[in-house]
Amino acid sequence: MDATLVDYSRAQFALTAIYHFLFVPLTLGLSFIIAIMETIYVKTNKQKYKKMTKFWMGLFAINFAIGVATGIIMEFEFGTNWANYSWFVGDIFGAPLAIEGILAFFMESTFFAVMFFGWDKVSKGFHLLSTWLVAIGSNLSALWILIANGWMQYPVGMKFNIDTVRNEMSNFLDVALSPVAVSKFLHTVGSGYVIAALFVVGISAWYLLKGKNIAFAKSSMLIAATFGLIVSIFLSISGDESAHQVALKQPVKLAAMEGLYEGKTQAGIVAFGILNKKKSVDNDEETYLFDFEIPYALSMLGYHDSFAYVPGLKDLVYGNEKYNIESAENKIKKGKIALDAFKEYKNFKEQNKLQEADNSKFLFETYKDYFGYGYLDNAKDILPPIGLTFYSFHIMVSFGMWFILLFIVILFLLLKKDILKQRFWLYASLYSIPLGYIAAEAGWIVAEVGRQPWAIQDLMPVGVAATNISSTNVQITFWLFAFLFTALLIAEIKIMTKQIKIGPNGGH
Amino acid sequence: MFENLNYLQLQQYWWIVISLLGGLFAFMMFVQGGQMILGKVSKNDEVLKTMLVNSLGRKWELGFTTLVLFGGALFAAFPLFYSTSFGGAYWVWMSILFCFIIQAVSYEYRKKPNNFLGQKVYELFLYINGSLGVFLLGVAIATFFSGSQFYVDEHNFSMWENSLRGLEALANPFNVLLGISLVFLVRILGAMYFINNIDNDTIRQRSVKSIKVDMIVFLVFFLNFLYFLFTKSGFSYNEKGYVFIEKYKYINNFLEMPIVGVIFVLGIVLVIISVFNTVERKKTSCIKIAGVGTVLTVMALFINVGFNNTSYYPSITDLQSSLTIQNSSGSQYTLTVMSYVSLLVPFVLAYITYAWYQMDKVKITKEEITAKDAHNY
Repeated sequence: MDATLVDYSRAQFALTAIYHFLFVPLTLGLSFIIAIMETIYVKTNKQKYKKMTKFWMGLFAINFAIGVATGIIMEFEFGTNWANYSWFVGDIFGAPLAIEGILAFFMESTFFAVMFFGWDKVSKGFHLLSTWLVAIGSNLSALWILIANGWMQYPVGMKFNIDTVRNEMSNFLDVALSPVAVSKFLHTVGSGYVIAALFVVGISAWYLLKGKNIAFAKSSMLIAATFGLIVSIFLSISGDESAHQVALKQPVKLAAMEGLYEGKTQAGIVAFGILNKKKSVDNDEETYLFDFEIPYALSMLGYHDSFAYVPGLKDLVYGNEKYNIESAENKIKKGKIALDAFKEYKNFKEQNKLQEADNSKFLFETYKDYFGYGYLDNAKDILPPIGLTFYSFHIMVSFGMWFILLFIVILFLLLKKDILKQRFWLYASLYSIPLGYIAAEAGWIVAEVGRQPWAIQDLMPVGVAATNISSTNVQITFWLFAFLFTALLIAEIKIMTKQIKIGPNGGH
Repeated sequence: MFENLNYLQLQQYWWIVISLLGGLFAFMMFVQGGQMILGKVSKNDEVLKTMLVNSLGRKWELGFTTLVLFGGALFAAFPLFYSTSFGGAYWVWMSILFCFIIQAVSYEYRKKPNNFLGQKVYELFLYINGSLGVFLLGVAIATFFSGSQFYVDEHNFSMWENSLRGLEALANPFNVLLGISLVFLVRILGAMYFINNIDNDTIRQRSVKSIKVDMIVFLVFFLNFLYFLFTKSGFSYNEKGYVFIEKYKYINNFLEMPIVGVIFVLGIVLVIISVFNTVERKKTSCIKIAGVGTVLTVMALFINVGFNNTSYYPSITDLQSSLTIQNSSGSQYTLTVMSYVSLLVPFVLAYITYAWYQMDKVKITKEEITAKDAHNY
């Protein structure tokens, strides 16, 4: 397939996903923060909490609209840009998407209207329930889409059907409860909660810096920082589990995350490092121009054993007999046998040579686990972009640590009641809003770029997954989307900043 | 329960679910219809326009969600259609998507200060979504009967045989007839929705006037569509899956499946009665009966094209590549699992109805829209 087509198809999906992921994480977390605020209002009946709820709800709505718009594009892009993929996995991947629609989207959209327009039309209790249901609905939506994504990282609960030429679901619970999907869900929604907490803390800090809406800002900050601290600690725990799953299921990704070329026991984590661009799996150049390593940490993170062997990129490309690691070259050979056997099976079946067809099917079944490798030409094709994966991972982790510190300090200052004097921390809170987004996008890059070249891990490379279409069509839509999304993003930022300037007393 | 159904029964069950979703989506497009007649009904009176936009804005997401669910259900239940149609008729679907993206933001951003593009642009977005989006959807659905240019290879990967990637469907008058019919149907539904949801005499009178004109145009195009549909040949297949052309296939389907035929006629009659009651008897709640009529009509059309050994997505370049509910569906296991999930649909419909009822108990008034702390679109 035309490389330009695949590149543009990937770029288009990445573009949509990046924009989508600018809006959705805030929605996931802010919906809970709003629900907590409204619960306090219903419990205490204090009007200031109602005003607080309504103000943050207004910002939520502005953000929500684009999240929905970019979401629908992603669903349909599976068909428009990745048509081969959608047949190959539709039997499995489609189910979570459909369940997402039935269980989550309707809940979200139905109660969204009640949440915004029902203040004086429905009872307090029903309104509060609606707010919580919006939060639950948006998070359920994330659950099902991340189950689908988790399956792409670690395909389970299915069997390949040679007659229909696709993977077919054999165990729904294996798909839904896959450890990769569960850890992916917890880590991703956790990142959304942290972004929302940073958003509320940062904007509240801006009010304090300006000397406006002080009581409102302090109360909002207290709620958000408490929420943020709890979820950011939880996020580090879920991150640990995510890395463990990556080590077990996607060792190439783990090695790329750490720029680990040579496998080793007692492997350390590079806390800070600059990769040497000349380094590849084929030479003995130094991996880093500079690095600072925490001993044992990678073995511990990946395998929960500080003495565990962590395979490097070289082991995974060229194999390592001592540790029983098969080379990619070998896997490609087996994959090509499977592909040939598949073609023979089809031919024999067409010619009604049933015995020969059975023999080919048997050969295919023997090597079917390597089927996806058959589409690759070179062992090094299994390597994702190392630099992008490495730096994204380290940015995500570093910022994650910073957020925990920030929330602790903010809570400490709030409880000591002298936060207004701490202008450094107020500015730090304000400038941490974009850091939250950068960390979340970096995490997404680790997850998605780190598993390249696979659309579905080990089963289908992206080159095979794309729609059979001329690249010009995809180039045009790529630029159209880029233009449209950017215009909408500018509109959102301008509206959002204006609403923040108007503040909680200005109304809508 | 569903384990006791055989594969074909499950495929039929899921085609009925798809048909129901298609019908519900057609009904929910009253939002798009309302968007098209905003200018006509408000005549640039800003308060009236805001009332209309707010009335629609509180429902737009349900239509959007139904579209997403329709797509998701097709992906899961009939993945070969999903990959063939969306990947093949690329430009038609992309254009539809563009129409829907611009709708999503328009309600929330239209009136907000500092909104970058200006109120008129967002109103134009709503009009484009309403008119072009609905028209293209109608054209895309019409290809279920008229066919498309594709073939499916030994991997079940599909190839489109026309470089216009779906836009060629616009050159077929049959497809255009359904597209235009759908546009005018949803305009009628939109006007009925305004009459039911807003407490304002001016809006009611103008909406009734709009319905009178739109109903005539709708009937002209829809009856022409039906004439072509019932006189054209269709795409049948035998028990071995061999696809062949059959004369008068679609009228025969209604005759051979009389219940579906009755549902179809009943649906049309309900829409006509609703229009009559709205225009002549000044009833205000006819959107409900018209909605039921729309759902039944669209459902019956979908069932017509999917059942009775009919290829619902025919290929006119390679007849044997045509898609049927049997050769394009998910596996038996997946359809079974999904069928259990589908049992939740009545609960979903129940809470939507309840929430909708709670919100619409009090109709939208000028006072509500002009209140100081109202969250308006």
